Amino acid sequence: MSEQERSARRGPGLWRRLLRPRLRGVDLLVAVLLALLGFAAAVQVRSTQDDPALVGARQEDLVQILDELANRNDRLRGEIDDLTDARERLTSGSDTTEAALEEARRRAQVLGILAGTVPAEGPGVTLLLRDPDRVLGADVLLDALQELRDAGAEAVQLEGPVGQRGELTPSTEKVRVVVSTSLLDTDEGVIVDGTVLRPPYRFVVVGDAGTLASALRIPGGVVATVEQRGGTALVEQREALVVDALRPLDRPQYARPAEDD
Amino acid sequence: MIPALALLVGVVLGLLLQPTVPAALQPYLPIAVVAALDAVFGAVRAQLDGIFDEKVFVVSFVSNVVVAALIVFLGDQLGVGGQLSTGVVVVLGIRIFSNAAAIRRHLFNA
Repeated sequence: MSEQERSARRGPGLWRRLLRPRLRGVDLLVAVLLALLGFAAAVQVRSTQDDPALVGARQEDLVQILDELANRNDRLRGEIDDLTDARERLTSGSDTTEAALEEARRRAQVLGILAGTVPAEGPGVTLLLRDPDRVLGADVLLDALQELRDAGAEAVQLEGPVGQRGELTPSTEKVRVVVSTSLLDTDEGVIVDGTVLRPPYRFVVVGDAGTLASALRIPGGVVATVEQRGGTALVEQREALVVDALRPLDRPQYARPAEDD
Repeated sequence: MIPALALLVGVVLGLLLQPTVPAALQPYLPIAVVAALDAVFGAVRAQLDGIFDEKVFVVSFVSNVVVAALIVFLGDQLGVGGQLSTGVVVVLGIRIFSNAAAIRRHLFNA
């Protein structure tokens, strides 16, 4: 390679060669190829920017990505299951809480009727005891009460003094008869749980009316005893009675509910 | 000059038209682009060396692209497409670097 050629290659001739426009067929082909290259490069760059993670990724990479997605899907699905279970537990838990609360309310009602802290209503009988001669003492009332309890009385109140027909008067005292009720004779009448009741007395009893009435009327029973003593006893069956005398709830001072197992 | 303009026109067209790459071509297009770039750098070097020949360029351009795509295709069939693609890119990259170094020596004498 001569010095002249070298300078021609490196000198201004180089630029002239680069810049000199030539338009032969081959040059056109070159231009087309380069345009193609530019086009392809631009498209590729764009598609890579569109979704760099997936487009142009190799098949194995895609499979791997898919695997990862499937794994992640499985994990999330498991998480969904866990959370659904937890939700189920919580919902059913609140259900049982609700049920327990309902049950507790029901028990409170039942126990309230037993303890005389809530009013009670229902069918039953009234037992009117007229005692003009003051011959009926606490023993007769207690017998009557026992008999009523044996016959399934569920709520009982004792009233006195009532009118001759058993109607309430302004001076009528009402006492709810419960498990701890005490009866004590006095000159005026009977002291029931500290309240003085004077005759005529009236029992208001909620329970099975037929059973209660027949229990009172059995030979040698309450009615017979009262009449034998010189009083009168009147039993009436009623469709609907209200036992509305209440007792205060005595909170136990020492006793506490024992722990269930 | 004209080839440079053609390259520019191609880039602008690609950006303007925004075609989507067909799925079948997606693995091959990047490799083909790199192979074509190698051919272009070789052509520039040859031009600077004063031994540029259009026919040689066209043949080398096309064969580069075809061979690169073929290698990737073969790799995909053999299950080593990813690795072969990497290999092709590495080899072409080395060639581009050496060509670029020669061009640099020509242009800046350094």
